Amino acid sequence: MTDEVMTNQGVTDQAARSEFHPRWYRERVSTWWWLGEWHYLKFILRELTSISVAWFVVLTLFQLRALWHGPETYARFTGRLQSPAMIALNLIAFCFVMFHAITWFNLAPRAMPVRMGGKRVPEFLVAAPNYVLWIAVSVFVGWLLLRTP
Amino acid sequence: MMGESTTKPSNEAFLWLLFSAGGVVAAVLIPIQLFLFGLAFPLGWLPQPSYEHLMALLYSPLARLYLLVMCSLPLFHWAHRFRFTLYDGLQVKHLNEVIFAFCYGGALLGTVLAAYLLWSI
Repeated sequence: MTDEVMTNQGVTDQAARSEFHPRWYRERVSTWWWLGEWHYLKFILRELTSISVAWFVVLTLFQLRALWHGPETYARFTGRLQSPAMIALNLIAFCFVMFHAITWFNLAPRAMPVRMGGKRVPEFLVAAPNYVLWIAVSVFVGWLLLRTP
Repeated sequence: MMGESTTKPSNEAFLWLLFSAGGVVAAVLIPIQLFLFGLAFPLGWLPQPSYEHLMALLYSPLARLYLLVMCSLPLFHWAHRFRFTLYDGLQVKHLNEVIFAFCYGGALLGTVLAAYLLWSI
């Protein structure tokens, strides 16, 4: 017993000869480390947008399945989307997806700094084409769905 | 061990490419789609497109390809981000393999389901 205590106490000088590497003291990072600072929170929120992306795809798969089954099933599907819970869920998902889109588009100038005449082109000018494409595609999709045949 | 260290980086690069492509598709296409089908149509802000109108759109192979891309790539985007959220956010590194299988398995399953539905509609 006393021998054991002795060896444990002598761990620092015996480290080199010891069979087991001594375990250094390390403070465990809390699971909620990202709540403390806006920077970290933003990072985690951006990571969480992926859940909304997945949710949208699942919703689309259900929509396709309803279309596949026929007009009655599709009417039931659109009826379900009108429930307050679904509206709330989709509103949250929409906010997250917008957050993803905006942070994604603004990332482009960081990932690919453009220089012209030795000067760096301002970030908003590099990101601008992304926004133009985004608006054009959105208008086109809206037009396809809303035009009266 | 050797094999793992030589194959892993190239795998990661490929998965990162899928993540990146999915990120673009999700950013460009999902906001308008979710806004219309999830909010504007159910709340009556805009007239709901009829079943016949949607089926007429789906008749075009281009529309089906569009929907397949819109479902598949964002799922791989999700898989990448979500697995790192679980690794880092919750510090569950010991479950890496399970998380990896769940995320990419889910993305593959979603892609297969979308392809099947779009093929048979």
